[in-house]
Amino acid sequence: MSEPEVLISRTLKIGVITSLAILLIGTMVSYFGDSAYLLSTAELDRLHRPGAAMPQTIGGVLSGVAHLHGPSIISLGLLVLIATPVARVAVSTIIFLRARDRLYVAITSVVFFLLLFSFLIGSR
Amino acid sequence: MTPLVFTFIAFSISLGAGFLGSLLGLGGGIIVIPALTLWLHIDIRYAIGASIVSVIATSSGAAATYVRQRLANLRVAMVLELATVLGAISGAYLAGQLAGRWLYLTFAGIMAYSAAMMFRRTSDVPAVRRAPWADHLKLHSSYHDDKLGHEVLYRVAGTRIGLVLMYLAGAISGLLGIGSGVLKVPAMDLAMGLPIKVSTATSNLMIGVTAAASAGVYFVRGDIDPFVAAPVALGVMLGALAGSRVMGRIPAATLRMVFVVVVLVVATQMLWKGIHL
Repeated sequence: MSEPEVLISRTLKIGVITSLAILLIGTMVSYFGDSAYLLSTAELDRLHRPGAAMPQTIGGVLSGVAHLHGPSIISLGLLVLIATPVARVAVSTIIFLRARDRLYVAITSVVFFLLLFSFLIGSR
Repeated sequence: MTPLVFTFIAFSISLGAGFLGSLLGLGGGIIVIPALTLWLHIDIRYAIGASIVSVIATSSGAAATYVRQRLANLRVAMVLELATVLGAISGAYLAGQLAGRWLYLTFAGIMAYSAAMMFRRTSDVPAVRRAPWADHLKLHSSYHDDKLGHEVLYRVAGTRIGLVLMYLAGAISGLLGIGSGVLKVPAMDLAMGLPIKVSTATSNLMIGVTAAASAGVYFVRGDIDPFVAAPVALGVMLGALAGSRVMGRIPAATLRMVFVVVVLVVATQMLWKGIHL
């Protein structure tokens, strides 16, 4: 069994590299797939005002990715990034479980469930 | 400005924010938010959304290195995350119910006080105190200081006061949409007696979880805009990966001084907001 530090570091690194790759692809697809994205300033003007925010759902992002919609691919990369710390907490719980460190299994699983709870109240 | 120029500028600023953030245990929001709003005229909603992403990106990018090098104290991080995540959730609930002006003024006061105390702390090695909680939680540890060239043993104290301070830091991040590393580092440095490098590395590990607790809300609301967040996330991650590789070689005293300056800048920003709100 690898050491806890190595496993946790690896989890974070996988999250970072995966999201880096998806973000890069998404940015490329956005710029090269849609010439309006490259040249028009409408995309920028939109961001000077708060009114235009588009609510996002995971389902919406995934169907956008299926249609090779650049901004949706970027959103997928951002979701992977947001999930990385949560995955790190989950991996920590598993590590402490295997080490039979009950106190820390309790601590990390409470943190994990608090995070899930925050996503639940957030998505309502 | 064309979208391509915007992407390039946002990416370059974020590269610097990630580098500095990874050294100081901050998420880079204190650089990203003003740069996006004041310079690039992006609405504050998207700037805060991008800042949340920046915090998670710095945290994950830097902590990947700090955890492997054992600079970050895993156990301290896990214990304090309990308090900071609870704080972040209550902060998100309280948002809008508290008077902004007093919040900013209190925050400015706390920051100025921490800066003064951190400036006065000359020795990085804490006095040995009784610490039953830290003993029970097995928080004491050591790290290898690349600058000193040897292993530094340290003891952790003040776990309970640390938990209270982390709860407050979490609440502030929920309220203001910042990562609050700027509060976490002084809490670990002053109340718990951790060496400055361990404090910033451990803060880096924790801020990702604090920010993740509010990221869901911001994402669903549409505040995390792909066009703004992509260059910020890319820049910050690469900056943090680079910064975390050089941190070990920086003298602790230098790191402490740079941190004090950054804290004073943030305190001034908050004071300004409190007065002009």
